[in-house]
Amino acid sequence: MSAEAKNKPSLPPRGTVVLEARGIVKRYGHVTALGGTDLELRAGEVLAIVGDNGAGKSTLIKVLCGAVIPDAGQVLLDGTPVHFRSPLDARRLGIETVYQDLAVAPALDIATNLFLGREVRRSGPIGSWFRLLDKKRMRREAQREMDELKFHLPSIDSAVEKLSGGQRQGVAVARAAIFASRLVIMDEPTAALGVRESGQVLNLIRTIRDRGLPVILISHDMPHVFEVADRIQIMRLGRRAALTTPQRHTMSEVVAIMTGAARGDEPVPDSNQTMG
Amino acid sequence: MSVISAAKPNRMIGGFGRLFTTPTFGPLIVLIAFCAVFSLTTRTFWAAGNLSLVVQQSVIVGTLAIGQTMIILTAGIDLANGGIAVLGTIIAGRLVAQEQNPALSLLFALVLCTCFGLTAGLLVSRLMLPPFIVTLGLLGIITAITRLVAQGGAFPVTDDLLSWTGNAFAVGDTSITYGMIIMFCLYLLVWYLLTQTAWGRHVYAIGNNREAARLVGIPVQARLLSVYTFAGLLYGIGAWLALGRIPNADPNALQNANLDSITAVVIGGTSLFGGRGSLWGTLIGTLIVAVLRNGLTLTGIDPLWQDLVTGILVISAVALDQMSRRRQR
Amino acid sequence: MHTIRAAALRAARFNTDRTHFGNEPPIQIGSSRTPGRMGASLSIAIAAAAVSLAGVFGSATPSANAATGDQITIGLVTKTEVNPYFVKLRQAATAEAEKQGAKLIARFGKFDGDNEGQVAAVENLISAGVKGILITPNNSTGMLGIIKKARDKGVLVIALDTATDPADAVDATLATDNFEAGVLQGQYARKALGSKAPKLAMLDGSPGGTVDVQRHDGFLKGFGLKEGDPAIAGKQITHGAQDEGQTAMENLLTAHPDINVVYTINEPAAEGAYAAIKARGKLKDIVLTSIDGGRLGVQYVKDGKIAATVMQFPKIMATRGVDYVVDYVKSGKKPSGFINTGAKLITDKPFSGLPSQDTKWGLENCWGLVTPAAAPHTSFALID
Repeated sequence: MSAEAKNKPSLPPRGTVVLEARGIVKRYGHVTALGGTDLELRAGEVLAIVGDNGAGKSTLIKVLCGAVIPDAGQVLLDGTPVHFRSPLDARRLGIETVYQDLAVAPALDIATNLFLGREVRRSGPIGSWFRLLDKKRMRREAQREMDELKFHLPSIDSAVEKLSGGQRQGVAVARAAIFASRLVIMDEPTAALGVRESGQVLNLIRTIRDRGLPVILISHDMPHVFEVADRIQIMRLGRRAALTTPQRHTMSEVVAIMTGAARGDEPVPDSNQTMG
Repeated sequence: MSVISAAKPNRMIGGFGRLFTTPTFGPLIVLIAFCAVFSLTTRTFWAAGNLSLVVQQSVIVGTLAIGQTMIILTAGIDLANGGIAVLGTIIAGRLVAQEQNPALSLLFALVLCTCFGLTAGLLVSRLMLPPFIVTLGLLGIITAITRLVAQGGAFPVTDDLLSWTGNAFAVGDTSITYGMIIMFCLYLLVWYLLTQTAWGRHVYAIGNNREAARLVGIPVQARLLSVYTFAGLLYGIGAWLALGRIPNADPNALQNANLDSITAVVIGGTSLFGGRGSLWGTLIGTLIVAVLRNGLTLTGIDPLWQDLVTGILVISAVALDQMSRRRQR
Repeated sequence: MHTIRAAALRAARFNTDRTHFGNEPPIQIGSSRTPGRMGASLSIAIAAAAVSLAGVFGSATPSANAATGDQITIGLVTKTEVNPYFVKLRQAATAEAEKQGAKLIARFGKFDGDNEGQVAAVENLISAGVKGILITPNNSTGMLGIIKKARDKGVLVIALDTATDPADAVDATLATDNFEAGVLQGQYARKALGSKAPKLAMLDGSPGGTVDVQRHDGFLKGFGLKEGDPAIAGKQITHGAQDEGQTAMENLLTAHPDINVVYTINEPAAEGAYAAIKARGKLKDIVLTSIDGGRLGVQYVKDGKIAATVMQFPKIMATRGVDYVVDYVKSGKKPSGFINTGAKLITDKPFSGLPSQDTKWGLENCWGLVTPAAAPHTSFALID
């Protein structure tokens, strides 16, 4: 699916809910990872999910990208309920995920990595019978995508392992951007990066959003969250504790809600329902 | 700095650079060096007849090494390839000796070898068993089956079809066997699959970062299964080539073929850790070993140098691989 | 350069921590990395090639490489290099070649049964221009094709120690009559056993080997038993190796504790068998015989570990082989047929009616390495 062939959806009006999760429950044995979580992702926004360890961020993300099947609750895409049985289902519906460990093959070059698993073949019989790859086209589109994202790399042919951490992250993000048609999910995109490179990646995130793809991102890094997020969802004990914006709360207030020192504005479950 | 937009990378340097950093460059230099040395120290090395001889001597291990390359690229290893090929020769030979149709006998042997590859593939891909252990165990089983079928001894295989790969035609002073042609065609075919198709990219990706391959949606199990199964077929063809070279089905043959093929793959620049390497490197590696053996005989030098030099080359190749990987990190 | 300025602002705003978390420094234009990697690649390749070439040149002694224009080159291809028997063949051939002013190129297979290795060796020797090839063929039928090719090119091919099948595939065969040798071994064993009812254990070599089959059958004939006779307690494969001989003997003794006579294919196997017998304390009850006549084997007979052995004369095979090739080059005369290099029974306890030599004679005429400690397959710690 190339960038040009993919149906770029016309930007829905701001405020439309693109992805919604209602009452997601997921238990692992005695442990309740998610105890009835909600989420709304609106068009044209970057939604950051923050929370302490064990708050349920990763599990929620996995439910949204199809890696985990919830025990209860609903996920709706553009208002329609969807059931993901695997990450491939989510991908087919246009949801792309950038994993924390990037999922790139370091020895292979950038263009190959961008199209990994979704390689483009030459048209006609030479493509279908001989399965010949259209390497020129993949390189071209990879280069175009990088240019569109204003993400600059030395050469589209260099191996990913030759890149710095920030550039590798950029490759993974670009891959999601090429193929996503609905939204992009990112797990700790700046975790391993230094200051300058984090800046590049945050820039990428903004560019993606501005192109019409809303972004959900998990992050531990408060400054980065405050820099790039439009809204912040604070998770605590498997539920949404608060939904706020960088303007409404300060970083320390958000941290306080995360740890439970302060109350969020979502209803707090009474102690019977909390997880073990 | 990295943020600065790079102007179009210098195409010239880029092109040459890619040539020099291809994993086959080092092995190629070594091969050329050996050929040069032996050409200069003997009158007999650099002769068309002798050179075609060297290639003929590379045909069996060279073909087995194709399968080994594919498997090593997925970060696996195959200790049973020689055993599978030998069983193929025994089965084909036995069937023909029992008056079965030679073509069907050959076909049956090929299918059998492919099935052994399939078995290894299933164990590795579905049960996630380590390839080293799987192929080691399989080797033991296959050796037992071979002895059972061969009932003790080697026996000649006189059928025309089975030994067809040894037939040769002269081109000038050289003698080209059909086996050589088959081997080259196989190298071309597998090179194409590995570098020009999505399947090949998946193979490299699986060896380089299996988890990543899984996450991007590559059907890892299916790919691994296909690699081992295809390798089994190649080993079957190797059996046919072996019968062409020596028309004798011998249960004791090819005992070291597994290590020889691994040596060829490693010397050729493919990383034992998977994900990196070139099929042509394997061909060069095979030729290096054959050139060495041939050259040492022509110069009358003690053959123990063969083992020594091969050992040095293997260690150098692995060291080089490690060094270049450490640089990237 | 909006990005640079923005990045700089960000850097200033937060802190100036410039740690890259284990990442490399920012990439330069891709190609500038290339010389570095190419340098490493080249240097290692060159180093490897250099060491190898040094070895290739360094090992060449003047005499070995000084093949003058009309010097006769002879090829020798043995089964392996680890068996002292083949080492002796090579040494004797080399010595005789030097005496005759010829050059000997010796090659061998990697393991017992390495057909491919022997075929390649013969091919390469033909390429090298040898006038004659002496060969101990692994498996008789496997070598026929390449031997024919050699003979077609006018190379004299003589089989040493093992006949090919058919025997006339080579110009001539210089070997022990292994059947005859087996007969001698069997006859001695029967006499040594005396009037006891035999319970025979047979430790064979490699399955299907010509030598193995001939010695085995010869022994049975000399001993007076037919194949399948119940007096034969059991047979095991040892590949002529000491460790396998020991295991085989142990297993047979466990299955048949009343074994009282043992046939072994060669002396390393007998060595292993001796260890097993000694461990069971059955030394007085078992007659152990062997074949080969290496120095070690004769020593065993002298020490009383083996009752008797049958000696072969590889030195004769090698030297006469070399002589035949030289003769062929000089006069065109080819040897033919099976040339028996003889077998002699060696024992210190002879029986009348069975000619033999004692161990003193044996030690003077045997083959094998001068210092027993250097011989492979030996572990003196094991024996005694």
